Amino acid sequence: MWNLTFLLGAILGGFIASTMLSSGEPVQISEQTVKDLGELGFQPPTSLQPDELFSMKNAFTLKGFLILALGGLMVGFGSRYAGGCTSGHAISGMSDLQIPSLIAVIGFFAGGLLMTYLIFPLIFS
Amino acid sequence: MKLLKFLLVGMIFGIVMSKSEAMSWYRIQEMFRFQAFHMYGIIGTAVTLGVLGVLLIKKYSIRDFDGNPILFSPKEKSVWRYLLGGTIFGLGWALSGSCPGPMVVNIGYGFYTLTIVFFFAIVGTYLYGIVKDKLPH
Repeated sequence: MWNLTFLLGAILGGFIASTMLSSGEPVQISEQTVKDLGELGFQPPTSLQPDELFSMKNAFTLKGFLILALGGLMVGFGSRYAGGCTSGHAISGMSDLQIPSLIAVIGFFAGGLLMTYLIFPLIFS
Repeated sequence: MKLLKFLLVGMIFGIVMSKSEAMSWYRIQEMFRFQAFHMYGIIGTAVTLGVLGVLLIKKYSIRDFDGNPILFSPKEKSVWRYLLGGTIFGLGWALSGSCPGPMVVNIGYGFYTLTIVFFFAIVGTYLYGIVKDKLPH
């Protein structure tokens, strides 16, 4: 029950941040990242999330939907398999100096780099 | 209302995730491309604080709010489940730009299509339950 209450709080927190605490500025990522993402077909950021992936329009195209679904599927599957996510392993686990958590974090980065450098060029033009 | 404190902590989490932009797909990309300090700064300060906190808790046997001892249990020693599970997680993390917590923060923020990501993350946990006996651990 406390988990669900926490999640509810997180949703509220996001709502408060967007309605009352937002500067209205798009995310200020590095110029190089903007350039790299441009080569994959992504416009420079106008908000916190790319429309190319998260707009209602794109989320319901076949390709767009599959990207969101598979992304979510792998996060859920992977975190249960590894017994934790970034907060469980990268932060809590590493704070307790647990080797298994370090291995998990190595995995997180291996997967993230694989996706970013090998798979993105194949799915985004 | 015992649950109120969890709601409050959740709200702080949601606000911090939003203001720090850790829930932004762009920031995750920036991180995996090693093109800024930003995400490393967030994770680094969290771990530094965490290490200090754990040390203090252990050294002074600090108890929780209900007076119970705070226990740290070592994680089961193995390699494959962390390496393979972690890699699959990482693939999804880069693709969706979010981990489980930020997914719901995004929904609250107004990026409602993250509901698709969140729904399938739950499906993913069930899928693991079905196939786990066939996976190396």
